[in-house]
Amino acid sequence: MAGPMKARAKMHGDYTDIRVLMSHPMETGLRKSGGKAVPKHFIQNLTVKLNGKTVVEGEISQAVSRNPVFSFRVGGAKKGDKVEISWLDSKGDTNKTETAVA
Amino acid sequence: MDEARRVVLRGAGATGMFAAALAAGLLKPERALAASWNKAAFDAKSTIDALQGIGAANPQKSEDIVIDAPQIAENGAVVPVEITSKIPGTTAIAVLIEKNPQPLAGQFQFMNGALPYVKVNVKMGESSLVRVIATAGGKHYTATKDIKVTAGGCGG
Repeated sequence: MAGPMKARAKMHGDYTDIRVLMSHPMETGLRKSGGKAVPKHFIQNLTVKLNGKTVVEGEISQAVSRNPVFSFRVGGAKKGDKVEISWLDSKGDTNKTETAVA
Repeated sequence: MDEARRVVLRGAGATGMFAAALAAGLLKPERALAASWNKAAFDAKSTIDALQGIGAANPQKSEDIVIDAPQIAENGAVVPVEITSKIPGTTAIAVLIEKNPQPLAGQFQFMNGALPYVKVNVKMGESSLVRVIATAGGKHYTATKDIKVTAGGCGG
């Protein structure tokens, strides 16, 4: 299940730092629970948009840690600009969040 | 009225319009939802195969890729890796953990003002070289960092 997702975008001089936390088990398929392997289940795609325009597209594997945290940087953003982040996992579940540049 | 002929024509017309709209960029499929995921590269069990999978078989060594990560990671389940490419015109960064069962951990494309920078936490099964590939102007560049892991992060 898709848990909460948090994002923050903060200006640092000439760039804006975008941080995002995604709640996800990121199961590798190698972990065992009660003697049984837990099936693979992980985020595969993520997209970061600034004012509706895609700025970062990521494809990731099960090697990204549980509850993934990412930082990205964009140039030219202004205070109040809209940042949207979404993900899609290997079971077709999705989640998204948005924040404003501070 | 030749009903069959009309259906064929209508079909052809619709297909043609769809192709034209695609070509004109009117129909932009939402990539994140279209699940564009490089399965061949992510499933590759060796670094060489993964590099081939992302089209970067023979990357050139570069000092302009900065990998900021701990030399010794106590917990292989969460190893923070911060990557900056100083190569002008970098449009993509890929991260591979050479000794993981499937080395390719992620690939990021930067556009519309995004800087070639990413910070991500990865899992490492054992001590390994972490290899970064940066793509700029259609060329591939690489840098590595050796990270020692004292407790593995796969299988747990």
